Amino acid sequence: MEGGNLLEVRGLSKIFDGFAAVSEVTLAIAAGEIAAVIGPNGAGKSTLFNLITGHVRPTSGQVLLGGRDITGMPPHRISGIGIGRSFQRANIFSRLTVFENVQAALLSHRGCGRDFWSRSETFYREEARALLDSTGLLGQAQAIAGTLSYGNQKQIELGIALAGDPKILLLDEPTAGMSAAETRETLALLKRIARERSLTLLFTEHDMEFVFSIAQKIAVMHQGRIVVEGSPATIRADAEVRRIYLGSVQ
Amino acid sequence: MPASFLFGQFLGGLTTAMFLFLIASGLSLVFGVMRVLNFAHGSFYMLGAYLAWQVVQWLTSSGYGFWIAVVAAAAGVAILGGVIERLLFRHLYGREELYQLLFTYALVLILGDAAKAIWGTQQLSVSRPAILAGGVEVFHTVLPFYNLFIMALGPAVAVGVWLVLTRSTAGRLVRAAALDREMLAVLGANVGVIYTGMFVASSFLAGLSGALVTPIQSIVPGMDVEIIVEAFIVVVIGGLGSFWGTFWGSVLYGQVLSFGILIFPSFSLFSVFALMAVILIIRPWGLFGRPVR
Amino acid sequence: MTVPWSGNRIPWTLMVFLAALWVPWLGSRYDTFLGTQIAIDALFAVSLNLLLGTTGLVSFGHVAYFGIGAYICGILMKTYGVPFALALPAAWLGAAGFALVFGFFCVRLTKIYFAMLTLAFSQIAWAICFKWNGVTGGDQGLPDVPYPDLDWMSALPGLDGLRVSDRFYLLTLALVAVSLAALRRIIGSPFGRMLTAIRENPERAAFIGVNVRRYELAAFVVAGGFAGLAGALFGIFNRGVFADYLYWTKSAEVMIMAILGGMEHFWGPVVGAATLVMLNQQITSYTEYWPFVLGVILLVLLFAFPGGIVGGLVAGVNWLRRRGGGRQSA
Repeated sequence: MEGGNLLEVRGLSKIFDGFAAVSEVTLAIAAGEIAAVIGPNGAGKSTLFNLITGHVRPTSGQVLLGGRDITGMPPHRISGIGIGRSFQRANIFSRLTVFENVQAALLSHRGCGRDFWSRSETFYREEARALLDSTGLLGQAQAIAGTLSYGNQKQIELGIALAGDPKILLLDEPTAGMSAAETRETLALLKRIARERSLTLLFTEHDMEFVFSIAQKIAVMHQGRIVVEGSPATIRADAEVRRIYLGSVQ
Repeated sequence: MPASFLFGQFLGGLTTAMFLFLIASGLSLVFGVMRVLNFAHGSFYMLGAYLAWQVVQWLTSSGYGFWIAVVAAAAGVAILGGVIERLLFRHLYGREELYQLLFTYALVLILGDAAKAIWGTQQLSVSRPAILAGGVEVFHTVLPFYNLFIMALGPAVAVGVWLVLTRSTAGRLVRAAALDREMLAVLGANVGVIYTGMFVASSFLAGLSGALVTPIQSIVPGMDVEIIVEAFIVVVIGGLGSFWGTFWGSVLYGQVLSFGILIFPSFSLFSVFALMAVILIIRPWGLFGRPVR
Repeated sequence: MTVPWSGNRIPWTLMVFLAALWVPWLGSRYDTFLGTQIAIDALFAVSLNLLLGTTGLVSFGHVAYFGIGAYICGILMKTYGVPFALALPAAWLGAAGFALVFGFFCVRLTKIYFAMLTLAFSQIAWAICFKWNGVTGGDQGLPDVPYPDLDWMSALPGLDGLRVSDRFYLLTLALVAVSLAALRRIIGSPFGRMLTAIRENPERAAFIGVNVRRYELAAFVVAGGFAGLAGALFGIFNRGVFADYLYWTKSAEVMIMAILGGMEHFWGPVVGAATLVMLNQQITSYTEYWPFVLGVILLVLLFAFPGGIVGGLVAGVNWLRRRGGGRQSA
């Protein structure tokens, strides 16, 4: 089983000022799997992501990528070894063009950042266009990124994340703030990209329709812990999950 | 080295320290809440000194002229600070820190020249108030009453401000604003009023310390940009935004300056900067500050 | 870079450079004096803008590297008789070295804390220069820094009749032009693109694999080196090096140049430097209250024209173009 898991989290905890935001989380994602972490607000989903991508140092526990221990690595190194990420709010380079956003990611991932003498425009034009094409942004390549719609900005972020040729993509609420139409488009886009690139996906999401239509495995977090984990069918039938969600609604 | 001499140095350092604290406390308060280094704080200090001199000139006959001048100067500077904050500064809150820094620098330029135009470039001085004219001999060192007064006033102001910060509702809001502005806005507190109040209080402290320094130092153009550096060092040593840090930072500054002269006679200034350098390298957030990223 | 601007078809920069070359023949001695000052300030302001406009780092202590470059060049030339051709690169390297040491600590902090730490280090540098009598001349400074030996210029056609100050002007102009070309190249490179990425969004930049602190430090060192070069030239131009060069108010002045011209554009700080130097000359002939005027200009800039002169021009040109039926490509 060890070899089949792309991402493994073992007993991961983070304690902020005595408050356990994430507590003893253990999770394994197989290569090619599409997995979701769900749970009410404040359950620790974003912190879990931040622990995996190195933005927050864990208090204890381990993160393994392809069997390699990456616990405590800084984000700029983790992004270079196969983990791509999108953030809860669209996290892009607002005053650069769409093309420059994706191209900057390519330049960095391919180790060109130290080149201080060539002209940056000439680099990876084709690769950048291909990425924009696959994320549906080719028509807006020369627009200033920050002026586009929120849905477009999330697409840019996806393009940036894909530039590093990740094996696994971590998406923090990929449809947050989107209209119903944008959500449907994002769903189709993610499905297609995951298939084309045989990507592994791990995402958090509040839109349950979205979760159940794409995820093959679902983990439910509550108060920093994973309380249930299993296939969509198991989760749907689980009494604990109902209790958490109904409880949090009140 | 005779003990009395060392004691004299110690007291001298303490006087410097308490003066610096009176100045730096206002700078520290504004930094803590607004996250702005107010370069104009030194200009407010200078205006306090000039205003005090002016009022003393008008009230030469009165026995309480100096004290009236001190209060009037502090109040005048506080009003000016409030007006500047209300009319101009508040429009820059949403902007990058660069614009805020340069705004306060523009005030330095404008107020510096305004003072020159009104009061000229000659050195001005104010004599000590009659009631504190004498001194007392301690361990063969003459200690002027005025210095004793400042040494008492510094801690008194520190405790007073601290009580306001910890005991009053306004003070609690100010401390909350320092920790988390967004949270405060969510709670519905009027952040604008808090900022104006902070700026007025800080300007008051600057004006007060400028007025109080006049019996000890002559008033000259350029005292604004010089003092702001010293106050800045104190705040950095103590920890950005930490009120008690500023207090202990002042004490440390005063002593290092005072005893630094004994170790490096021509390098007294250098010893203070060396202290700042060491602290910045070991703890960039200062002695009492919290780590920031 | 980020703003549509197609004025590049006309080689403006080359034309300005060629026109500036003629100043010693067409202008007065005073014009050459102004030209030298503008060239030096332009380099200083552009070097700052590599941090301010390109990387988004508010350095309030950039003057330290200007001053350190000035002292290194001045001390080498005056005290040790080192030729200019060696003293100048030494000033570049020395200033860059100090920027490396100070910057190492500064880039650990961000935003206003970064600004305060750079200010603190520049004041430390000032205090050392102001007090170290044996080396820097302390508060007396280092007067009478010699002019470099420019006799070789006589060998060039057309230059043999020129005054020393005119020759120094031409030398300064050439060095500044080469430095600006290098800085422009750096900003347009992949490295420069990483710096703009950091300016736009340090968190995202880190997650495309950019070691943010290391890149910031690299930018800090490059900016410090060119500031040192400007300082070295200024020390010779001003016939002396004084601790005033490092005083904190000078950091504010060079910052004003950068934003007066416009931080968003490479040539903005050059325009800002030229405007400020000429304005200063004009206004100081009417009134001693130049700081007051500068303060008012700064207020107007901050509240009404945050994009500076070049930013305003570009916005105006784009507006006209849109009105005129727009052949805008965007």
